[in-house]
Amino acid sequence: MSAARYGAEPSRTARGVILGIVGLVFVVPIIAMVQFSLRIGQTDSHGVQKLGFQHYLDIVQPANEADYDQLFQGLGNSLVICALTVAMVLLLLLPTMILVELRFPSLRRVLEFVCIVPITIPSIVLVVGFVPVYSVVAQLFGSSPWTLAFAIGIIVLPYAYRPIATNLASVDVVILSEAGRSLGAGWGSVLTRVIVPNLRRGILSSVFITIAVVLGEFTIASFLSQNTFQTALILLQQTDPYVAVIFAVVALVFAFILLVVIGRIGSVGRSRRTP
Amino acid sequence: MMTAATTSAPATTMRGAGAPSRRRSLVWLGLTPFAAYVVLFLGVPAVVAVASGFLDASGKPTLRNLAALADPTIQQAFLASFGVSAVTAVLGAVIGALVCFALLGTRPDGMLRTAVDSAASVLAQFGGVMLAFAFIATIGAQGLLSVWLVSTFHLDINADGPFLYSVPGLVIPYTYFQVPLMVLTFMPAMEGLKPTWGEATATLGGTRLSYWTRIAMPILAPAFFGSVVLLFANAFSSYATAAALIDQGGIVPLSIKQQLTSETVVGVSNVAGVLALGMVVVMVALMSLYSLLQRRAARWQR
Repeated sequence: MSAARYGAEPSRTARGVILGIVGLVFVVPIIAMVQFSLRIGQTDSHGVQKLGFQHYLDIVQPANEADYDQLFQGLGNSLVICALTVAMVLLLLLPTMILVELRFPSLRRVLEFVCIVPITIPSIVLVVGFVPVYSVVAQLFGSSPWTLAFAIGIIVLPYAYRPIATNLASVDVVILSEAGRSLGAGWGSVLTRVIVPNLRRGILSSVFITIAVVLGEFTIASFLSQNTFQTALILLQQTDPYVAVIFAVVALVFAFILLVVIGRIGSVGRSRRTP
Repeated sequence: MMTAATTSAPATTMRGAGAPSRRRSLVWLGLTPFAAYVVLFLGVPAVVAVASGFLDASGKPTLRNLAALADPTIQQAFLASFGVSAVTAVLGAVIGALVCFALLGTRPDGMLRTAVDSAASVLAQFGGVMLAFAFIATIGAQGLLSVWLVSTFHLDINADGPFLYSVPGLVIPYTYFQVPLMVLTFMPAMEGLKPTWGEATATLGGTRLSYWTRIAMPILAPAFFGSVVLLFANAFSSYATAAALIDQGGIVPLSIKQQLTSETVVGVSNVAGVLALGMVVVMVALMSLYSLLQRRAARWQR
Protein backbone atom coordinates (compact mmCIF):
# COMPACT_ATOMS: atom_id res chain seq x y z
CA MET A 1 0.00 0.00 0.00
CA SER A 2 2.65 2.49 1.02
CA ALA A 3 4.72 1.73 -2.09
CA ALA A 4 1.94 3.10 -4.27
CA ARG A 5 1.85 6.44 -2.49
CA TYR A 6 2.30 9.55 -4.58
CA GLY A 7 1.51 13.23 -4.19
CA ALA A 8 1.83 15.34 -1.07
CA GLU A 9 0.19 13.26 1.63
CA PRO A 10 2.46 12.16 4.48
CA SER A 11 2.65 8.57 5.64
CA ARG A 12 0.76 7.63 8.80
CA THR A 13 4.04 7.41 10.71
CA ALA A 14 5.28 10.82 9.56
CA ARG A 15 1.93 12.37 10.47
CA GLY A 16 1.93 10.70 13.87
CA VAL A 17 5.51 11.71 14.68
CA ILE A 18 5.12 15.38 13.64
CA LEU A 19 1.74 15.91 15.31
CA GLY A 20 2.87 13.97 18.37
CA ILE A 21 6.03 15.99 18.98
CA VAL A 22 4.51 19.41 18.21
CA GLY A 23 1.39 18.54 20.20
CA LEU A 24 3.49 17.49 23.19
CA VAL A 25 5.58 20.68 23.12
CA PHE A 26 2.45 22.79 22.85
CA VAL A 27 0.65 21.08 25.68
CA VAL A 28 3.51 21.45 28.19
CA PRO A 29 2.85 25.15 29.01
CA ILE A 30 -0.84 24.39 29.54
CA ILE A 31 0.02 21.50 31.87
CA ALA A 32 2.48 23.81 33.65
CA MET A 33 -0.33 26.32 34.22
CA VAL A 34 -2.61 23.66 35.68
CA GLN A 35 0.21 22.37 37.90
CA PHE A 36 1.01 25.92 38.99
CA SER A 37 -2.61 26.55 39.96
CA LEU A 38 -2.55 23.41 42.14
CA ARG A 39 0.56 24.42 44.12
CA ILE A 40 -0.22 25.14 47.74
CA GLY A 41 3.12 26.79 48.45
CA GLN A 42 4.65 23.90 50.42
CA THR A 43 7.24 21.34 49.41
CA ASP A 44 7.71 17.85 50.81
CA SER A 45 11.02 16.54 52.21
CA HIS A 46 12.36 15.90 48.67
CA GLY A 47 11.66 19.47 47.60
CA VAL A 48 8.72 18.42 45.44
CA GLN A 49 5.74 20.78 45.34
CA LYS A 50 2.65 19.64 47.25
CA LEU A 51 -0.51 19.99 45.20
CA GLY A 52 -4.10 20.68 46.23
CA PHE A 53 -7.26 22.50 45.29
CA GLN A 54 -6.71 25.28 47.84
CA HIS A 55 -6.71 28.14 45.32
CA TYR A 56 -9.80 26.86 43.55
CA LEU A 57 -11.66 26.88 46.87
CA ASP A 58 -10.38 30.40 47.57
CA ILE A 59 -12.36 31.75 44.64
CA VAL A 60 -15.73 30.63 45.97
CA GLN A 61 -14.96 31.55 49.60
CA PRO A 62 -17.27 34.47 50.52
CA ALA A 63 -14.51 35.91 52.75
CA ASN A 64 -12.31 36.52 49.70
CA GLU A 65 -15.02 38.17 47.67
CA ALA A 66 -13.36 41.58 47.83
CA ASP A 67 -10.08 40.18 46.46
CA TYR A 68 -11.65 38.97 43.25
CA ASP A 69 -14.24 41.71 42.92
CA GLN A 70 -12.25 43.57 40.31
CA LEU A 71 -11.71 40.43 38.25
CA PHE A 72 -15.41 39.61 38.13
CA GLN A 73 -16.16 43.22 37.31
CA GLY A 74 -13.60 43.12 34.50
CA LEU A 75 -15.11 39.90 33.20
CA GLY A 76 -18.56 41.48 33.30
CA ASN A 77 -17.29 44.54 31.42
CA SER A 78 -15.66 42.30 28.81
CA LEU A 79 -18.92 40.40 28.29
CA VAL A 80 -20.84 43.67 27.78
CA ILE A 81 -18.19 44.78 25.25
CA CYS A 82 -18.47 41.36 23.59
CA ALA A 83 -22.22 41.74 23.14
CA LEU A 84 -21.86 45.24 21.72
CA THR A 85 -19.03 44.25 19.37
CA VAL A 86 -20.99 41.25 18.08
CA ALA A 87 -23.97 43.56 17.54
CA MET A 88 -21.74 45.90 15.56
CA VAL A 89 -20.48 43.02 13.40
CA LEU A 90 -24.03 41.83 12.71
CA LEU A 91 -25.74 45.20 12.26
CA LEU A 92 -22.94 47.29 10.75
CA LEU A 93 -20.38 45.08 9.00
CA LEU A 94 -22.66 42.30 7.71
CA PRO A 95 -25.29 44.56 6.06
CA THR A 96 -22.53 46.64 4.51
CA MET A 97 -20.85 43.55 3.09
CA ILE A 98 -24.12 42.25 1.63
CA LEU A 99 -24.98 45.67 0.22
CA VAL A 100 -21.57 45.96 -1.44
CA GLU A 101 -21.89 42.46 -2.85
CA LEU A 102 -25.36 43.16 -4.29
CA ARG A 103 -25.18 46.76 -5.40
CA PHE A 104 -21.56 47.97 -5.44
CA PRO A 105 -19.39 45.03 -6.54
CA SER A 106 -16.77 47.53 -7.68
CA LEU A 107 -16.36 48.65 -4.05
CA ARG A 108 -15.56 45.12 -2.90
CA ARG A 109 -11.81 45.75 -3.03
CA VAL A 110 -12.19 49.00 -1.12
CA LEU A 111 -14.19 47.31 1.63
CA GLU A 112 -11.68 44.47 1.83
CA PHE A 113 -8.84 46.96 2.10
CA VAL A 114 -10.59 48.88 4.89
CA CYS A 115 -11.29 45.70 6.84
CA ILE A 116 -7.71 44.42 6.53
CA VAL A 117 -6.06 47.76 7.45
CA PRO A 118 -6.33 47.15 11.23
CA ILE A 119 -3.85 44.28 10.78
CA THR A 120 -1.39 46.73 9.25
CA ILE A 121 -1.81 49.26 12.03
CA PRO A 122 -0.82 47.60 15.32
CA SER A 123 -3.15 48.21 18.29
CA ILE A 124 -0.28 49.84 20.12
CA VAL A 125 -0.12 52.45 17.32
CA LEU A 126 -3.90 52.94 17.26
CA VAL A 127 -3.74 53.48 21.01
CA VAL A 128 -1.60 56.59 20.44
CA GLY A 129 -4.50 57.96 18.37
CA PHE A 130 -7.30 56.54 20.52
CA VAL A 131 -6.18 58.47 23.61
CA PRO A 132 -7.22 61.89 22.14
CA VAL A 133 -10.25 60.42 20.33
CA TYR A 134 -11.52 58.93 23.57
CA SER A 135 -11.31 62.25 25.39
CA VAL A 136 -14.06 63.33 22.96
CA VAL A 137 -15.94 60.03 23.33
CA ALA A 138 -15.84 60.45 27.11
CA GLN A 139 -17.51 63.86 26.81
CA LEU A 140 -20.30 62.39 24.69
CA PHE A 141 -20.94 59.04 26.38
CA GLY A 142 -19.01 59.26 29.65
CA SER A 143 -16.06 57.00 30.28
CA SER A 144 -17.94 53.74 30.89
CA PRO A 145 -16.18 50.52 29.91
CA TRP A 146 -18.76 49.76 27.19
CA THR A 147 -17.40 52.65 25.09
CA LEU A 148 -14.37 50.42 24.43
CA ALA A 149 -16.58 48.49 22.01
CA PHE A 150 -16.06 51.23 19.41
CA ALA A 151 -12.29 50.78 19.48
CA ILE A 152 -12.34 46.99 19.78
CA GLY A 153 -14.84 46.79 16.90
CA ILE A 154 -12.02 48.11 14.70
CA ILE A 155 -9.51 45.54 15.98
CA VAL A 156 -12.06 42.81 15.29
CA LEU A 157 -12.76 43.90 11.67
CA PRO A 158 -10.17 41.69 9.90
CA TYR A 159 -11.17 38.60 11.89
CA ALA A 160 -14.89 39.19 11.45
CA TYR A 161 -14.58 40.14 7.78
CA ARG A 162 -12.73 37.06 6.52
CA PRO A 163 -15.17 34.23 7.34
CA ILE A 164 -18.14 36.22 6.00
CA ALA A 165 -16.21 37.21 2.86
CA THR A 166 -15.16 33.60 2.20
CA ASN A 167 -18.77 32.53 2.60
CA LEU A 168 -20.01 35.33 0.34
CA ALA A 169 -17.56 34.31 -2.36
CA SER A 170 -18.91 30.76 -2.41
CA VAL A 171 -22.59 31.79 -2.60
CA ASP A 172 -23.94 33.77 -5.54
CA VAL A 173 -26.00 36.26 -3.57
CA VAL A 174 -26.91 38.30 -6.66
CA ILE A 175 -28.57 35.31 -8.34
CA LEU A 176 -30.15 34.20 -5.07
CA SER A 177 -31.62 37.60 -4.34
CA GLU A 178 -32.89 37.98 -7.92
CA ALA A 179 -34.50 34.56 -7.67
CA GLY A 180 -36.09 35.54 -4.39
CA ARG A 181 -37.27 38.87 -5.79
CA SER A 182 -38.76 37.32 -8.90
CA LEU A 183 -40.65 34.84 -6.76
CA GLY A 184 -42.23 37.83 -5.08
CA ALA A 185 -40.20 38.24 -1.89
CA GLY A 186 -39.53 41.72 -0.53
CA TRP A 187 -35.99 42.84 0.28
CA GLY A 188 -36.56 42.11 3.95
CA SER A 189 -37.42 38.47 3.42
CA VAL A 190 -34.73 38.06 0.77
CA LEU A 191 -32.23 39.22 3.37
CA THR A 192 -33.51 37.22 6.34
CA ARG A 193 -34.81 34.10 4.59
CA VAL A 194 -32.43 33.71 1.64
CA ILE A 195 -29.12 35.52 2.11
CA VAL A 196 -28.47 35.25 5.85
CA PRO A 197 -29.30 31.50 6.06
CA ASN A 198 -26.85 30.91 3.21
CA LEU A 199 -24.17 32.84 5.07
CA ARG A 200 -24.83 31.07 8.37
CA ARG A 201 -21.45 29.35 8.52
CA GLY A 202 -19.50 32.52 7.83
CA ILE A 203 -21.58 34.60 10.23
CA LEU A 204 -21.27 32.06 13.04
CA SER A 205 -17.52 31.74 12.76
CA SER A 206 -17.08 35.49 12.55
CA VAL A 207 -19.23 35.97 15.67
CA PHE A 208 -17.26 33.41 17.65
CA ILE A 209 -13.87 34.68 16.59
CA THR A 210 -15.13 38.15 17.57
CA ILE A 211 -15.99 36.89 21.05
CA ALA A 212 -12.54 35.33 21.39
CA VAL A 213 -10.73 38.46 20.22
CA VAL A 214 -12.74 40.73 22.54
CA LEU A 215 -12.17 38.53 25.59
CA GLY A 216 -8.46 38.42 24.79
CA GLU A 217 -8.03 42.14 24.07
CA PHE A 218 -5.53 43.80 26.40
CA THR A 219 -3.66 46.66 24.71
CA ILE A 220 -6.48 49.15 24.18
CA ALA A 221 -8.20 48.49 27.51
CA SER A 222 -4.94 48.92 29.34
CA PHE A 223 -4.09 52.28 27.76
CA LEU A 224 -7.60 53.68 28.01
CA SER A 225 -7.52 52.65 31.70
CA GLN A 226 -10.60 50.46 31.56
CA ASN A 227 -11.08 47.39 33.70
CA THR A 228 -11.59 44.39 31.44
CA PHE A 229 -10.93 40.68 31.87
CA GLN A 230 -7.32 40.89 30.64
CA THR A 231 -6.32 44.04 32.53
CA ALA A 232 -7.88 42.61 35.71
CA LEU A 233 -5.91 39.38 35.17
CA ILE A 234 -2.64 41.33 35.03
CA LEU A 235 -3.50 43.19 38.24
CA LEU A 236 -4.58 40.01 40.01
CA GLN A 237 -1.39 38.29 38.92
CA GLN A 238 0.57 40.65 41.15
CA THR A 239 -1.47 39.88 44.27
CA ASP A 240 -2.70 36.32 43.68
CA PRO A 241 -0.87 34.69 40.75
CA TYR A 242 -2.51 31.31 41.39
CA VAL A 243 -6.05 32.52 40.91
CA ALA A 244 -4.97 34.61 37.90
CA VAL A 245 -3.58 31.44 36.32
CA ILE A 246 -6.75 29.49 37.13
CA PHE A 247 -8.83 32.08 35.28
CA ALA A 248 -6.36 32.15 32.39
CA VAL A 249 -6.60 28.36 31.95
CA VAL A 250 -10.37 28.44 32.17
CA ALA A 251 -10.50 31.24 29.58
CA LEU A 252 -8.19 29.38 27.20
CA VAL A 253 -10.21 26.17 27.55
CA PHE A 254 -13.47 28.10 27.18
CA ALA A 255 -12.26 29.72 23.94
CA PHE A 256 -11.07 26.35 22.65
CA ILE A 257 -14.41 24.67 23.34
CA LEU A 258 -16.25 27.63 21.78
CA LEU A 259 -14.29 27.20 18.56
CA VAL A 260 -14.55 23.39 18.54
CA VAL A 261 -18.33 23.59 18.96
CA ILE A 262 -18.59 26.07 16.12
CA GLY A 263 -16.37 23.87 13.93
CA ARG A 264 -18.60 20.88 14.61
CA ILE A 265 -21.85 22.79 14.01
CA GLY A 266 -20.45 24.06 10.73
CA SER A 267 -19.35 20.66 9.46
CA VAL A 268 -22.59 18.95 10.52
CA GLY A 269 -24.52 21.54 8.53
CA ARG A 270 -22.31 20.99 5.53
CA SER A 271 -22.36 17.22 5.49
CA ARG A 272 -26.14 17.27 5.75
CA ARG A 273 -26.38 19.19 2.52
CA THR A 274 -23.95 16.95 0.63
CA PRO A 275 -24.58 13.44 1.95
CA MET B 1 -12.50 55.65 -6.66
CA MET B 2 -15.98 57.00 -5.93
CA THR B 3 -16.69 58.16 -9.47
CA ALA B 4 -15.51 54.88 -10.89
CA ALA B 5 -18.04 53.15 -8.68
CA THR B 6 -20.96 55.32 -9.73
CA THR B 7 -20.28 54.98 -13.42
CA SER B 8 -19.80 51.23 -13.45
CA ALA B 9 -22.55 50.28 -11.02
CA PRO B 10 -25.76 51.14 -12.98
CA ALA B 11 -25.56 47.95 -15.02
CA THR B 12 -26.38 45.95 -11.91
CA THR B 13 -28.83 48.33 -10.29
CA MET B 14 -30.91 49.67 -13.19
CA ARG B 15 -32.39 46.25 -13.75
CA GLY B 16 -36.05 46.37 -12.75
CA ALA B 17 -35.70 49.49 -10.63
CA GLY B 18 -38.58 51.89 -11.26
CA ALA B 19 -37.02 55.13 -10.04
CA PRO B 20 -33.30 54.51 -10.31
CA SER B 21 -31.98 57.87 -9.16
CA ARG B 22 -33.92 58.00 -5.88
CA ARG B 23 -33.32 54.30 -5.23
CA ARG B 24 -29.60 54.80 -5.86
CA SER B 25 -29.11 57.58 -3.37
CA LEU B 26 -31.03 55.56 -0.78
CA VAL B 27 -28.76 52.62 -1.41
CA TRP B 28 -25.70 54.84 -1.07
CA LEU B 29 -27.06 55.91 2.31
CA GLY B 30 -26.84 52.30 3.38
CA LEU B 31 -23.07 52.52 3.24
CA THR B 32 -22.77 55.61 5.42
CA PRO B 33 -23.06 54.11 8.93
CA PHE B 34 -20.16 51.76 8.36
CA ALA B 35 -18.15 54.40 6.51
CA ALA B 36 -18.70 56.93 9.30
CA TYR B 37 -17.70 54.39 11.94
CA VAL B 38 -14.51 53.44 10.13
CA VAL B 39 -13.53 57.07 9.52
CA LEU B 40 -14.13 58.04 13.16
CA PHE B 41 -12.52 55.07 14.86
CA LEU B 42 -9.92 53.90 12.36
CA GLY B 43 -9.11 56.83 10.10
CA VAL B 44 -8.96 59.55 12.76
CA PRO B 45 -6.92 57.59 15.35
CA ALA B 46 -4.47 56.36 12.72
CA VAL B 47 -3.92 59.86 11.35
CA VAL B 48 -3.72 61.37 14.85
CA ALA B 49 -1.21 58.72 15.95
CA VAL B 50 1.14 59.32 13.04
CA ALA B 51 0.60 63.09 12.80
CA SER B 52 1.33 63.63 16.49
CA GLY B 53 4.92 62.70 15.72
CA PHE B 54 5.17 65.89 13.68
CA LEU B 55 3.92 68.25 16.39
CA ASP B 56 6.03 69.90 19.05
CA ALA B 57 4.97 70.37 22.67
CA SER B 58 2.91 73.48 21.86
CA GLY B 59 1.16 71.79 18.91
CA LYS B 60 3.12 73.49 16.10
CA PRO B 61 4.27 71.36 13.17
CA THR B 62 7.91 70.32 13.33
CA LEU B 63 10.30 67.72 12.00
CA ARG B 64 12.59 67.90 15.02
CA ASN B 65 10.89 64.97 16.78
CA LEU B 66 12.26 62.63 14.14
CA ALA B 67 15.59 63.07 15.91
CA ALA B 68 14.22 60.51 18.37
CA LEU B 69 14.88 57.85 15.73
CA ALA B 70 18.61 58.58 16.11
CA ASP B 71 18.48 57.89 19.86
CA PRO B 72 20.51 54.77 20.71
CA THR B 73 17.83 53.23 22.98
CA ILE B 74 15.19 53.71 20.28
CA GLN B 75 17.44 52.21 17.60
CA GLN B 76 18.21 49.35 19.96
CA ALA B 77 14.46 48.78 20.41
CA PHE B 78 13.89 48.64 16.65
CA LEU B 79 16.80 46.22 16.20
CA ALA B 80 15.52 44.01 19.03
CA SER B 81 12.02 44.06 17.53
CA PHE B 82 13.38 43.06 14.11
CA GLY B 83 15.47 40.32 15.70
CA VAL B 84 12.67 38.77 17.75
CA SER B 85 10.25 39.05 14.80
CA ALA B 86 12.66 37.49 12.30
CA VAL B 87 13.68 34.57 14.51
CA THR B 88 10.13 33.74 15.59
CA ALA B 89 8.77 34.19 12.05
CA VAL B 90 11.24 31.68 10.62
CA LEU B 91 10.83 29.22 13.51
CA GLY B 92 7.05 29.56 13.42
CA ALA B 93 6.89 29.19 9.64
CA VAL B 94 9.05 26.06 9.49
CA ILE B 95 7.33 24.27 12.38
CA GLY B 96 3.89 25.45 11.24
CA ALA B 97 4.51 24.25 7.67
CA LEU B 98 5.51 20.83 9.04
CA VAL B 99 2.23 20.67 10.96
CA CYS B 100 0.31 21.64 7.80
CA PHE B 101 2.13 18.88 5.92
CA ALA B 102 1.21 16.37 8.63
CA LEU B 103 -2.43 17.44 8.40
CA LEU B 104 -2.64 16.85 4.62
CA GLY B 105 -5.00 14.04 3.78
CA THR B 106 -6.98 14.31 7.00
CA ARG B 107 -10.68 15.08 6.60
CA PRO B 108 -11.11 18.88 6.72
CA ASP B 109 -14.30 18.51 8.76
CA GLY B 110 -12.99 15.66 10.90
CA MET B 111 -12.45 15.88 14.65
CA LEU B 112 -8.64 16.15 14.37
CA ARG B 113 -8.76 19.15 12.06
CA THR B 114 -11.47 20.87 14.08
CA ALA B 115 -9.40 20.44 17.24
CA VAL B 116 -6.19 21.66 15.59
CA ASP B 117 -7.91 24.64 13.94
CA SER B 118 -9.61 25.65 17.18
CA ALA B 119 -6.45 25.30 19.26
CA ALA B 120 -4.54 27.30 16.63
CA SER B 121 -7.12 30.12 16.66
CA VAL B 122 -7.10 30.24 20.44
CA LEU B 123 -3.32 30.41 20.72
CA ALA B 124 -2.77 32.74 17.76
CA GLN B 125 -5.52 35.26 18.43
CA PHE B 126 -6.61 34.91 22.03
CA GLY B 127 -3.41 34.21 23.98
CA GLY B 128 -1.65 37.49 24.78
CA VAL B 129 -1.52 37.96 28.53
CA MET B 130 -2.53 34.37 29.26
CA LEU B 131 0.37 32.95 27.26
CA ALA B 132 2.71 35.07 29.35
CA PHE B 133 1.26 33.37 32.46
CA ALA B 134 1.69 29.97 30.82
CA PHE B 135 5.38 30.55 30.26
CA ILE B 136 5.95 32.00 33.73
CA ALA B 137 4.55 28.69 35.01
CA THR B 138 6.74 26.74 32.56
CA ILE B 139 10.15 28.41 32.34
CA GLY B 140 9.91 31.09 35.03
CA ALA B 141 12.16 30.88 38.09
CA GLN B 142 9.90 28.26 39.73
CA GLY B 143 8.47 26.96 36.45
CA LEU B 144 7.61 23.32 35.92
CA LEU B 145 10.14 22.86 33.12
CA SER B 146 12.95 24.92 34.65
CA VAL B 147 12.70 23.05 37.96
CA TRP B 148 12.67 19.71 36.12
CA LEU B 149 15.70 20.70 34.00
CA VAL B 150 17.64 21.67 37.13
CA SER B 151 16.78 18.49 39.03
CA THR B 152 17.33 16.11 36.10
CA PHE B 153 20.08 17.66 33.99
CA HIS B 154 21.46 20.29 36.40
CA LEU B 155 20.72 22.78 33.64
CA ASP B 156 19.52 26.15 34.92
CA ILE B 157 18.05 28.24 32.10
CA ASN B 158 17.61 31.11 34.56
CA ALA B 159 21.22 31.04 35.78
CA ASP B 160 22.02 34.46 34.25
CA GLY B 161 18.92 36.14 35.65
CA PRO B 162 15.33 35.29 34.69
CA PHE B 163 15.51 34.35 31.00
CA LEU B 164 11.81 34.80 30.26
CA TYR B 165 11.79 38.45 31.31
CA SER B 166 14.50 39.42 28.81
CA VAL B 167 14.07 40.30 25.13
CA PRO B 168 15.70 37.05 23.85
CA GLY B 169 13.41 35.19 26.24
CA LEU B 170 10.42 36.55 24.30
CA VAL B 171 11.36 34.22 21.45
CA ILE B 172 9.82 31.27 23.29
CA PRO B 173 6.29 32.60 23.98
CA TYR B 174 6.28 34.38 20.60
CA THR B 175 7.07 31.16 18.73
CA TYR B 176 4.26 29.57 20.70
CA PHE B 177 1.73 31.87 19.03
CA GLN B 178 3.52 32.09 15.67
CA VAL B 179 3.27 28.36 14.89
CA PRO B 180 -0.54 28.34 15.23
CA LEU B 181 -0.81 31.45 13.05
CA MET B 182 1.29 29.67 10.41
CA VAL B 183 -1.02 26.67 10.54
CA LEU B 184 -4.04 28.93 10.02
CA THR B 185 -2.54 30.95 7.15
CA PHE B 186 -0.57 28.26 5.33
CA MET B 187 -3.08 25.39 5.44
CA PRO B 188 -5.24 26.74 2.57
CA ALA B 189 -2.16 26.89 0.32
CA MET B 190 -1.17 23.32 1.27
CA GLU B 191 -4.69 22.13 0.55
CA GLY B 192 -4.49 23.85 -2.83
CA LEU B 193 -2.04 21.16 -3.96
CA LYS B 194 -4.16 19.15 -6.38
CA PRO B 195 -4.04 15.34 -6.13
CA THR B 196 -3.93 15.32 -9.95
CA TRP B 197 -0.49 16.94 -9.88
CA GLY B 198 0.80 14.08 -7.75
CA GLU B 199 -0.83 11.58 -10.10
CA ALA B 200 0.68 13.34 -13.13
CA THR B 201 4.14 13.24 -11.55
CA ALA B 202 3.75 9.54 -10.79
CA THR B 203 2.54 8.76 -14.32
CA LEU B 204 5.53 10.57 -15.77
CA GLY B 205 7.82 8.49 -13.59
CA GLY B 206 8.58 11.09 -10.93
CA THR B 207 9.35 10.10 -7.36
CA ARG B 208 7.85 11.69 -4.24
CA LEU B 209 11.12 13.59 -3.82
CA SER B 210 10.94 15.07 -7.31
CA TYR B 211 7.27 15.82 -6.73
CA TRP B 212 8.20 17.89 -3.67
CA THR B 213 11.27 19.62 -5.11
CA ARG B 214 9.99 20.25 -8.64
CA ILE B 215 6.22 20.70 -8.16
CA ALA B 216 5.00 21.29 -4.63
CA MET B 217 7.79 23.48 -3.26
CA PRO B 218 7.90 25.94 -6.19
CA ILE B 219 4.12 26.23 -6.07
CA LEU B 220 4.07 26.71 -2.31
CA ALA B 221 7.05 29.09 -2.19
CA PRO B 222 5.14 32.39 -2.61
CA ALA B 223 2.54 31.33 -0.04
CA PHE B 224 5.27 30.21 2.36
CA PHE B 225 7.27 33.42 2.13
CA GLY B 226 4.04 35.41 2.32
CA SER B 227 3.25 33.64 5.58
CA VAL B 228 6.77 34.35 6.86
CA VAL B 229 6.18 38.05 6.20
CA LEU B 230 2.79 37.89 7.92
CA LEU B 231 4.32 36.17 10.94
CA PHE B 232 7.07 38.77 11.08
CA ALA B 233 4.43 41.53 11.06
CA ASN B 234 2.45 39.68 13.73
CA ALA B 235 5.42 39.47 16.10
CA PHE B 236 6.52 43.01 15.31
CA SER B 237 3.14 44.47 16.27
CA SER B 238 2.21 42.28 19.23
CA TYR B 239 2.21 43.92 22.62
CA ALA B 240 0.26 42.06 25.30
CA THR B 241 2.63 39.12 25.90
CA ALA B 242 5.69 41.36 26.09
CA ALA B 243 3.92 43.86 28.36
CA ALA B 244 2.94 41.09 30.76
CA LEU B 245 6.54 39.86 30.97
CA ILE B 246 8.80 42.91 30.68
CA ASP B 247 8.37 46.06 32.77
CA GLN B 248 10.86 48.30 30.98
CA GLY B 249 11.38 48.92 27.28
CA GLY B 250 13.33 46.67 24.95
CA ILE B 251 11.16 46.34 21.86
CA VAL B 252 9.31 49.09 20.01
CA PRO B 253 5.78 48.47 21.39
CA LEU B 254 7.22 48.61 24.92
CA SER B 255 9.05 51.86 24.10
CA ILE B 256 5.73 53.35 22.98
CA LYS B 257 4.25 52.30 26.30
CA GLN B 258 7.14 53.97 28.15
CA GLN B 259 6.65 57.14 26.15
CA LEU B 260 2.89 57.20 26.77
CA THR B 261 3.06 56.46 30.48
CA SER B 262 6.06 58.49 31.56
CA GLU B 263 7.63 61.80 30.60
CA THR B 264 10.00 61.92 27.66
CA VAL B 265 13.31 60.13 28.02
CA VAL B 266 14.68 61.07 24.65
CA GLY B 267 14.53 64.87 24.90
CA VAL B 268 12.01 65.70 22.16
CA SER B 269 8.23 65.74 22.44
CA ASN B 270 5.67 63.24 21.09
CA VAL B 271 8.18 60.41 20.74
CA ALA B 272 5.26 57.96 20.91
CA GLY B 273 3.99 59.48 17.67
CA VAL B 274 7.41 59.11 16.02
CA LEU B 275 7.61 55.48 17.13
CA ALA B 276 4.06 54.90 15.90
CA LEU B 277 5.10 56.36 12.53
CA GLY B 278 8.14 54.08 12.45
CA MET B 279 5.99 51.03 13.18
CA VAL B 280 3.43 51.99 10.54
CA VAL B 281 6.16 52.45 7.90
CA VAL B 282 7.56 48.99 8.68
CA MET B 283 4.09 47.42 8.74
CA VAL B 284 3.01 49.01 5.45
CA ALA B 285 6.19 47.75 3.78
CA LEU B 286 5.62 44.26 5.18
CA MET B 287 1.96 44.11 4.23
CA SER B 288 2.65 45.34 0.68
CA LEU B 289 5.20 42.57 0.31
CA TYR B 290 2.66 40.14 1.77
CA SER B 291 -0.08 41.08 -0.68
CA LEU B 292 2.40 40.85 -3.55
CA LEU B 293 3.39 37.31 -2.54
CA GLN B 294 -0.22 36.44 -1.81
CA ARG B 295 -1.24 37.46 -5.33
CA ARG B 296 1.38 35.13 -6.78
CA ALA B 297 0.26 32.36 -4.45
CA ALA B 298 -3.42 32.82 -5.34
CA ARG B 299 -2.71 31.74 -8.94
CA TRP B 300 -2.60 28.14 -7.77
CA GLN B 301 -5.47 28.25 -5.32
CA ARG B 302 -8.44 28.02 -7.66
